[in-house]
Amino acid sequence: MSLPSTGGIEVVELFAGYERPVVGPLSFSLSPGRVLGLSGPNGAGKSTVLAALVGTARVFGGRVNRPPGLRIAFQGQHLPPSRGLPLTGRELLDLAAAPCAGLPDWLMRALDRRLDTLSGGQRQFLHHWATLMSPAEAVLLDEPTNNMDPAGMAELKKAIRGRSSTTAIALISHESDFLETVCDQIVRVGEMQVSG
Amino acid sequence: MNEALLSGSLFLKPFLTGLAYALLLPVLGCYLRLRDEWLAALAFTQVAAAGALVAMAIAAPPVLGGLAAAALAALVKHHSMRVGNAIYALLYLGGWGVAVLLVANLPLAERLARALFDGQLYFSGQAHLMAAWAALPLALAWLARLSRTLLVARFLPGHLLATGRLEGRAHLGFDLLVACALALATMSIGVAAAFALIFVPAWIVCDAASGWRRALIFSALMGAAGYVAAFFLALAADQPFGPILALTLVLAAGLTFLRRRTVAHPG
Repeated sequence: MSLPSTGGIEVVELFAGYERPVVGPLSFSLSPGRVLGLSGPNGAGKSTVLAALVGTARVFGGRVNRPPGLRIAFQGQHLPPSRGLPLTGRELLDLAAAPCAGLPDWLMRALDRRLDTLSGGQRQFLHHWATLMSPAEAVLLDEPTNNMDPAGMAELKKAIRGRSSTTAIALISHESDFLETVCDQIVRVGEMQVSG
Repeated sequence: MNEALLSGSLFLKPFLTGLAYALLLPVLGCYLRLRDEWLAALAFTQVAAAGALVAMAIAAPPVLGGLAAAALAALVKHHSMRVGNAIYALLYLGGWGVAVLLVANLPLAERLARALFDGQLYFSGQAHLMAAWAALPLALAWLARLSRTLLVARFLPGHLLATGRLEGRAHLGFDLLVACALALATMSIGVAAAFALIFVPAWIVCDAASGWRRALIFSALMGAAGYVAAFFLALAADQPFGPILALTLVLAAGLTFLRRRTVAHPG
């Protein structure tokens, strides 16, 4: 099966894993202006799919077509440890070349604090904001709603929808309501059922 | 001798030589903490000392031997990532073993070894001074080029993975930078003093500074302050410089730790 070229990332009959294939076959297209969700039970291989898109998981079959020079920003579900390191939220955004404008007030007020003094939800939002708003053509987010309260999830939805007009976005979440409201298309990993 | 050192140009060259390293090494130490690699500094200084002794044994300039050995250690470390922190212990033990065997078998090596391990700062000459002040701006400029990649690799690793950029070159560049800086510093201020300057100020400052840039500035200032205090204290008390610097910085670390406990648990 071959999908038409979209200027984004095409995944065709993908089998991916590390020592052996753990997910597949999967076919989908990640296009600018669209938000793709990956859902499925624990252990279905959702994170492995994103890892295959960025080249850290092995492709055992099928293919991942990435246009040369495509800038991808990826945030995994585990945030890097920051304890004992003096980086502030503002400095993190500078590193990602992401703007502060548009951040929710509760995070804007905390931007000059060290990352290791922020709450889990604040850090989660900040890292995903930095990734989402970085100058990339494709953004991949793994479980961005972890540790986030309803207000944070609402702000994240707004940010994703706002960014999606120019960017291809793929995200994983175990929050089915979140996926339903933010995604244009959902690929159910492990069931091979595509909706949207 | 101390009066002459304190009053004349004999004092100035050693003082300025050590000052350059007191400003540089704490800044590098912040990046070692960023990478959880502070133990690498201990390995690089020990290997550099062993390299200097090997060079002396074959009638080559010790500074070249120290630089070459430290650079080799950086390459070994870079290509042994899977071994984790164990590589630092192995390098340290290897460097120590070579150094001790050379001292045991070559009478001439004993004097150089003593200078390297105790620190021979007061006997630094024009060449040491020029090397130190050439190394300072070059190393800082090199670090400025690497800084962003090193920070992104720690705090936003997915950005580098996904873009396929060759961050490996930045990591190798940093390893070589630290190894060469420590090798030069070891030749002037000794193994323990170089390690104390790269480890202690960064350890104190990184835990308390309110931003990365401030941490770099404060660690350099703390390194310089500790160095100046130790330099004059060692002269006044007619004691070797290396242990005095190490003890000065350890004392500063202890006082900082006590102050933090007091602030966190008043009463």
